[in-house]
Amino acid sequence: MADLKFPSPHEAERIAGTEGWERMYPYHYQFSTDDPLRKKYEEGMFWFYDGLHYPEPMYPFDMIWDEAWFLALSQYNTRIFIVPPALGIDHRIHNGYIYITPLPVANPEDIPKRAELFMKRAGYYYQNWDRLHDQWEEKMRSIIKKLADLEIPVPPEMEDESVVTEGLGVSTGYKLLKAYDELIDLGILAWQYHFEFLNLGYAAYVIFVDFCTKAFPDIPLQKITQMVGGIDVIIYQPDEELKKLAKLAIDLGVDETVMTGGSADSVLKEMEGSDKGKKWLEAFNAARDPWFYVSTGTGWYHHDACWNDDLDIPVSAMRIYVEKLRKGENIERPTAKVREERDRLITEYRALLKTDEDRQTYDQLLGTAKTVFPYVENHLFYVEHWFHSLFWNKMREVARIMVEHKFINDVEDVWYMKRSEIKEALWDLVTGWATGSNSRGPLVWPKEIAWRKQCMEKFRKWTPPDAMGTVPETISEPFTIVLWGITSASMAQWARLKSIASGDLTKMIGFPGSPGIVEGTVRVCRTVKEIGELQEGEILVAPTTSPSWAPAFQKIKAAVTDVGGVMCHAAIVCREYGLPAVVGTGSATSMLKTGQRIKLDGSTGEIDILS
Amino acid sequence: MDISKYVLLFEECDLSMIQKVGGKCASLGELMKARIPVPPGFAITTAAYELFLDENGLTQEVAARLKNLDESRVDEINQASSEIRASIEAGTISERLEDIIAEQYRSLAKRARTPAAPVAVRSSATAEDLPDASFAGQQDTFLWVRGVDDLFDKIRKCWSSLFTARAISYRTKMGFDHSKVLLSVAVQKMVRSFTAGVMFTLNPSTGDAATVVIDSNWGYGESVVSGEVTPDQFQVNKITMEVVKKTVSDKAIYYTTDPETDEVKKLEVETERRTSQSLLDAEIIELAKMAKLIEKHYGKPMDIEWATEKSLPYKGEVFILQSRPETVWSQKEVKPVMEPKKSAIEHIVAGLIAGKKVR
Repeated sequence: MADLKFPSPHEAERIAGTEGWERMYPYHYQFSTDDPLRKKYEEGMFWFYDGLHYPEPMYPFDMIWDEAWFLALSQYNTRIFIVPPALGIDHRIHNGYIYITPLPVANPEDIPKRAELFMKRAGYYYQNWDRLHDQWEEKMRSIIKKLADLEIPVPPEMEDESVVTEGLGVSTGYKLLKAYDELIDLGILAWQYHFEFLNLGYAAYVIFVDFCTKAFPDIPLQKITQMVGGIDVIIYQPDEELKKLAKLAIDLGVDETVMTGGSADSVLKEMEGSDKGKKWLEAFNAARDPWFYVSTGTGWYHHDACWNDDLDIPVSAMRIYVEKLRKGENIERPTAKVREERDRLITEYRALLKTDEDRQTYDQLLGTAKTVFPYVENHLFYVEHWFHSLFWNKMREVARIMVEHKFINDVEDVWYMKRSEIKEALWDLVTGWATGSNSRGPLVWPKEIAWRKQCMEKFRKWTPPDAMGTVPETISEPFTIVLWGITSASMAQWARLKSIASGDLTKMIGFPGSPGIVEGTVRVCRTVKEIGELQEGEILVAPTTSPSWAPAFQKIKAAVTDVGGVMCHAAIVCREYGLPAVVGTGSATSMLKTGQRIKLDGSTGEIDILS
Repeated sequence: MDISKYVLLFEECDLSMIQKVGGKCASLGELMKARIPVPPGFAITTAAYELFLDENGLTQEVAARLKNLDESRVDEINQASSEIRASIEAGTISERLEDIIAEQYRSLAKRARTPAAPVAVRSSATAEDLPDASFAGQQDTFLWVRGVDDLFDKIRKCWSSLFTARAISYRTKMGFDHSKVLLSVAVQKMVRSFTAGVMFTLNPSTGDAATVVIDSNWGYGESVVSGEVTPDQFQVNKITMEVVKKTVSDKAIYYTTDPETDEVKKLEVETERRTSQSLLDAEIIELAKMAKLIEKHYGKPMDIEWATEKSLPYKGEVFILQSRPETVWSQKEVKPVMEPKKSAIEHIVAGLIAGKKVR
């Protein structure tokens, strides 16, 4: 692997017409050459493009989650749990794309001392996992409630009389600034909690993977994941709710309304017209909080709408289930089979171990991996789906006030501003409001946002290099290993992908997500709204999938995604349903066309394009 | 008379009977007990061999001829060998023994639904005195034997193979009693191999015990065993029974039976078949299932010879021809995969410190 060369981050391509793009992002995210030490550091590190989280360039506001996890992940490694050989993960941005690098502990002599601290601190978490995890859920629920209850006050023409009669002593202008601060604080806090368990979870998982691949050099990663994967994982719950609602509609005899009622709005209205319909509606509304906060994307971008934002999505997905139930088909998750298969894998692999020592190690590591894994799977619903979905909409309330005061032309323009710029703009807004003078914002922001939009368009057309800088000997940071799967094999694959992209396309390669070989017709669905077009037995090709895509998996015979590793939603669900999947292909949605025939091998990650 | 003293169906043999039916028949019997499809056949017991020697007055003659042999005199040993072998091959199989064997053969032919069914006749040595079991039987596998006369002829040839010069010299040198070394003969229905090869119940290149590796070529397994072709290779996960890797090679030659002469010959593989997959996916899975059963039955990694026979172009039948313990990985020193530790967290720390090599 010595010949693996990546460009220096300081020589990365710059795009004409985007000069000055750096001001859209935090200043410390820039690769820079003015200081020789920083320049040398940046050249010596291995920066890889975080395509797993960011398939598209960053919106200035959406940077909030990147900054949040930059801080949160790193602090747990470096300052809280003291991961012996690994510090945090450093971040940079180039042409709107995020590059990250794991930092090793510089002085090897520090490692034993760090190991001692880690044993004590992380050990405490592993030993008290269940109790701390319950506590975590309480904390999360409490900040989600705070977020939901957070009022974004609209500055009125005149304050209400109660401000005087109750002696409140503050104005709505002040309250708006405060509400915005609170909103941002809650967001950062959610991400502090997000990483409380995650790295420990990954560390326990990585060592189990390590043991299994040493004992069984041929073992596919999918099998290891299957051994520790949860069965009653809450990411399945939104889909379960849809199934329950579909069943209930049939039981109550209101399924015809679901099927032919047109848009979600009119379905719900029609339901109100009958007692049975009302009963169904009650169940529907109960399911909405929290399960319909499931995002239709990864939740990382403001444009990832949730079901509650667009009820047509769950209603049309529900129709797939009603249809199946009417035909007498079974729509239950094959949980018994999944559980049986998991137990069989565990017992049979264990039986193949050669020594008692190995069986002891296997039991220890499997036990810990199983304890931590539900968190690894479940935290996504709490943070990325439930919290984020509420959060984006609260931000839209702030944006609406800015539109009203002509700071921006459209609510959706707010994402082109950094959160610190929004704070400044809100000061401009409330002082203008308080004073009765004209704010400067309307003269500044619409023009700036128009310029930023065209920059982002250019970023979108540019292909970020997979990596920059220098490849290290080893990587010890658990996230880097689990999430991005950075190994010599994956880097060789990046090189291969590039050579394929430039030639005639007859083959594509991604990560093996779920085993099995299948041939079939492609259906490209760019958003979850398009899953209604899926025909029985087609191969779904999507940018990525999330729990709200679940009904699609009832119809398809395989899935291909642009983004994701062995732990992504599509891979997990396909393994559960026994469908082959190739994930993280990088570009399947742009390279493949609906109607094409492909053959895919979910064990090797290879896709043959047949027509 | 109890015929089971002289002949036993394979399914009646097991590892406790090596003295009576030899290693090969015992092992085939074990496979059948594990419900593995083995081409049907029967063992001619060591008692039949002893009876044959007695009835022809050869017991004394052989003992006398081998007495006071000088193992360093190659010509002397050669001379003794060819005299003894000639006597055995010219011996008469008594009528009652003939009847018993012929009856077994006919019922085998009936099972195979072929009159004068072609069979393979092989020696099944009891020879614990020989360092490798294949040694005694090296020269005496007779394929495509048809009809009782031919059968008796080949049985005598098998018996006489106990007295090859090499075998005599070895026993003399080791001080073994020639009269204590007995031989059984296996008579087995021929499999007209469509494809054949070997398989291991572990991955011979990685040692992964959860993988079955199957090497396969068209025709008889000889081309695979001898290394004359690069066979197709299939890897199957033993636990999930998924084919995890397929390597289809360019297979230049194969061994098959000339339909006219019933003789085995080497041919070039027709162009269109050279790079085609030589086993169907369903056959791969079936073989892997058998490998798993065989390994379970013996309680150790095994090395297995197999073949498929096609009675119809789209339908194959899979057979196991032979199995023996795997020797390479099984003889490696067994060490724990990871240094054992008191708790998971100690493993986690050690793992974190070691990190992952990326180049």
